[in-house]
Amino acid sequence: MNDSKDTCREVIEFLASYLDETLEEQARSKFDAHLDVCPYCRDYMTSYEDTIRLARSTGSDAICDELAPLPEQLVQAILKSREP
Amino acid sequence: MTSLSIEESELLSALKRGDSDAYERLVREYGGRLYAAAYRVLGRETDAQDAVQDAFVSAFRALDTFEGQSMLSTWLYRITVNAALQILRKRRNRPERSMDDLLPGFYEDGHRKNPKPTWSPLSDERVQQEETRELIREKISELPEDFSNVITLRDISGLDTEQTAQVLDIEPGAVRTRLHRARQALRTLLEEEYAT
Ligand SMILES: [Zn+2]
Repeated sequence: MNDSKDTCREVIEFLASYLDETLEEQARSKFDAHLDVCPYCRDYMTSYEDTIRLARSTGSDAICDELAPLPEQLVQAILKSREP
Repeated sequence: MTSLSIEESELLSALKRGDSDAYERLVREYGGRLYAAAYRVLGRETDAQDAVQDAFVSAFRALDTFEGQSMLSTWLYRITVNAALQILRKRRNRPERSMDDLLPGFYEDGHRKNPKPTWSPLSDERVQQEETRELIREKISELPEDFSNVITLRDISGLDTEQTAQVLDIEPGAVRTRLHRARQALRTLLEEEYAT
C-alpha cells in the first residue's frame, strides 16, 4: 500500500465512523493499514479517543437519574408559578 | 393518533382541566428525571434547578397545544434540555473560538499540517478528576453553539444520535457531522493540556 498519501486526511475525516465500527470492510482495512504505518494518525486517534472519554466522564458525575427527587422548595416554587 | 399511555392520557386530561393535583403529580413524578437531565447538561445544581423551573413554566403554558403526538415524558424532556441549553448559553463567559482555527489543516498531498507532539493516553484517575470535568465544560463553552450543543448532548448527556436530533430539531446526519467536528475542535483545545 502506498501509504500516507491522501489517507491522513481520510483517516481523520472518518475516525468517528471507524471507532463506531460503521465503516465498510474495505475502508476499514485501508484504515488499519494506514494506522500501522502512520504515527501521526495513531497519535491523533489516541487523542480523539481520550477526548471522547473526557467528555463522557464529564457527564457521569450526574445526580443519579430517577433517584434524585426534586428539592421540595423547588416543587413548591414550580407549582406556585401556575397561579396567575 | 396518540403516543400516550392510558395513564398519561388521564393525566393530560386532568392537566387540561386545570386540576391542581394533576399538576403536582406531574411535577413530582417527572421532576426528578428532568432534574437529572438538566444537571447533566449544566453540571451545577442551582442552574439545573433553574432549568427545571423554566421548563415547567413553558410546559404549563404549552399544555393546551400538546396533543399527545409524543409521550408526555418525552415532550417534557425536550423542553427541559432546551431550557438547560439556554441557561448554558447565558452562562458563556469566554470568547467563541473559530472552528477553522480548531480543525486540523491538511497539505495538498493529504498530510496533516503541524502535528503536535505525542499524546499519551490519559489515566482513568486523571479523566475522572473534578477539575478535569470543569476544564472540559469550560473548553466546550468556547466552541460555537451548534457544535457545543451537540457534543454536550451526545457525549456528556449520553443521548443517542436520534434523540439529539429531536431535541435540537436537526437532521441525524447533521448531528453526526457536528459531533465529529466538535470532538476534533475540543481535542485541539485540549492539546495544550495533554500533549507531552
Ligand atoms: Zn496518517
